Amino acid sequence: MSDEETREPVVTPVRVAIALCLIAPFVAMLWVGSYAKVDPAFIGIPFFYWYQMLWVPLSAALTVTAYKLWQRDQRGRAGSSSASAKGGASE
Amino acid sequence: MKDGVNGVALAVFIFFFLAVTVMGFLAARWRKAENDSLDEWGLGGRSFGTWVTWFLLGGDLYTAYTFVAVPAAIYAAGAAGFFAVPYTILVYPLIFTFLPRLWSVSHKHGYVTTSDFVRGRFGSKGLSLAVAVTGILATMPYIALQLVGIQAVLDVMGVGGGEDTNWFVKDLPLLIAFGVLAAYTYSSGLRAPALIAFVKDTLIYIVIAVAIIYIPIKLGGFDDIFAKAGEAFSQTNPATGKPRGALAPAEPGQWTYATLALGSALALFMYPHSITATLSSRSREVIRRNTTILPLYSLMLGLLALLGFMAIAAGVKVTNGQLAIPQLFEDMFPSWFAGVAFAAIGIGALVPAAIMSIAAANLFTRNIYKDFIKPDATPAQETKVSKLVSLLVKVGALVFVLTMDKTVAINFQLLGGIWILQTFPALVGGLFTRWFHRWALLAGWAVGMVYGTFAAYGVASPTQKHFGGSSKEIPGIGEIGYIGLTAFVINVVVTVVLTFVLRAAKAPDGIDETKPEDYTADAGDPGVAVELPPATAGAGH
Repeated sequence: MSDEETREPVVTPVRVAIALCLIAPFVAMLWVGSYAKVDPAFIGIPFFYWYQMLWVPLSAALTVTAYKLWQRDQRGRAGSSSASAKGGASE
Repeated sequence: MKDGVNGVALAVFIFFFLAVTVMGFLAARWRKAENDSLDEWGLGGRSFGTWVTWFLLGGDLYTAYTFVAVPAAIYAAGAAGFFAVPYTILVYPLIFTFLPRLWSVSHKHGYVTTSDFVRGRFGSKGLSLAVAVTGILATMPYIALQLVGIQAVLDVMGVGGGEDTNWFVKDLPLLIAFGVLAAYTYSSGLRAPALIAFVKDTLIYIVIAVAIIYIPIKLGGFDDIFAKAGEAFSQTNPATGKPRGALAPAEPGQWTYATLALGSALALFMYPHSITATLSSRSREVIRRNTTILPLYSLMLGLLALLGFMAIAAGVKVTNGQLAIPQLFEDMFPSWFAGVAFAAIGIGALVPAAIMSIAAANLFTRNIYKDFIKPDATPAQETKVSKLVSLLVKVGALVFVLTMDKTVAINFQLLGGIWILQTFPALVGGLFTRWFHRWALLAGWAVGMVYGTFAAYGVASPTQKHFGGSSKEIPGIGEIGYIGLTAFVINVVVTVVLTFVLRAAKAPDGIDETKPEDYTADAGDPGVAVELPPATAGAGH
């Protein structure tokens, strides 16, 4: 079963996309300077607060995307590995 | 504010309290299996699906203390207190990467605690003991703070008693609440908080939804609220000679804000109670799915934080910031709805307190009692010990709160966050690689613990000489940052350097009982029980 790992690359475009989805909230939230201001306000709420709260649904959407991509990635792998080495993944 | 008892609010509060008490005892029969392993009592039979897990985790992570402390921090200093929101945003992408692996390996090998995994992975009882002790130490003050949350509500309702009342009368309501909690946790285990979490979260969502619409209307809209808050924050605080706070963090505060958010996010799922709730879920997919729906709680937390500004705008004046939000509810809402809000906070304390005491008890039983005192304990004996320890832990927390000043509990909670973060390299590192040497991990943990404790001890505030806050100058960078994160970085550096040294010196490695495929196993795979593993100890092969 180690040969099936060598056959399929660990880093694929889909996995890079998954990583980006998961890293994006970190960049946005830890770069405090980008949002530490009061204007523009939204219905009276200063930018600092509504912007961060906007990131709650944004990051949730990104995690959902990562989840869907991951599921597809895993299904693809399971399909190809059972086709190439039938039952090879079990002990 | 202690002008007599608010009868209607108290009646509503008692009604909800009685309702969840009945639920707590009935929970023992919910999806009950006929065996008395620790999995049954301490992990609800590992049977929870997506929604139960969602309520359980939400009820577990967003505690009564959170509801009281986050708006209280905003009330006191403004923007700096809002870091709880980016913190909870970062938690979910983070746990998406490692929690499913922990679930899989724990299911395959019957692990009940994080220390079980660390022992199995690194073959080191010492490292496992370090993780277990850290977990118990960090959880105890957290339980105590749940009591502080209940006390705040009781105080505002007028049943907390004044300073001059007899201590027994004053603390009686708290004693009753905790006695009841202890009894149903003992009999029902994790099933009790799982069932009560439904009530708790429903109440909380209703209260927040109403508060966030009703209170701004009464106060003349968000424009007025923030204008008044901005005015209040710009006034000079006589104790520090600086403005009280700000609506957006100034340049020097931004490092603090970011490091607090990141450090807290890293620490959250190191807490034993988070892991207990995670491992009780039925499958790996339940965890992944939950990372996508749990952010709903972050939104709630953000709205809740805004209540801190409303308390300022509404002219709530309290010397103890913890009382700001309960007082706001009492001032703004009709009595009956204030009762609902207080019940939400009160029940919000019971759920996490139950889970935390179960988690701490599991750690003691599996990683101290079974590993060091009685290695041949049967599953039934494990369960019995765990039940008793969960009682002891709660009594300990109660004594802590009743005999010591509240600030002591808060100080220890602050330290607990710093400490628990130091178990991250062993746990999360171990989930991905076997490269770290067990002794290096132990050394890194020790250095992180010592640095974090001393650094926190040295922080003074206008009111306290020690433990005055959680941030301090970061050595080498010069900015003010979260001590826990600094200690964590030092911990990782020590671990990596010593691993190189020990590997070069060919120091003996422990035995790894896990295999690479264990980390991706799901329910239904060979060797992974679908719902109910036969026993905990050594099962899974």
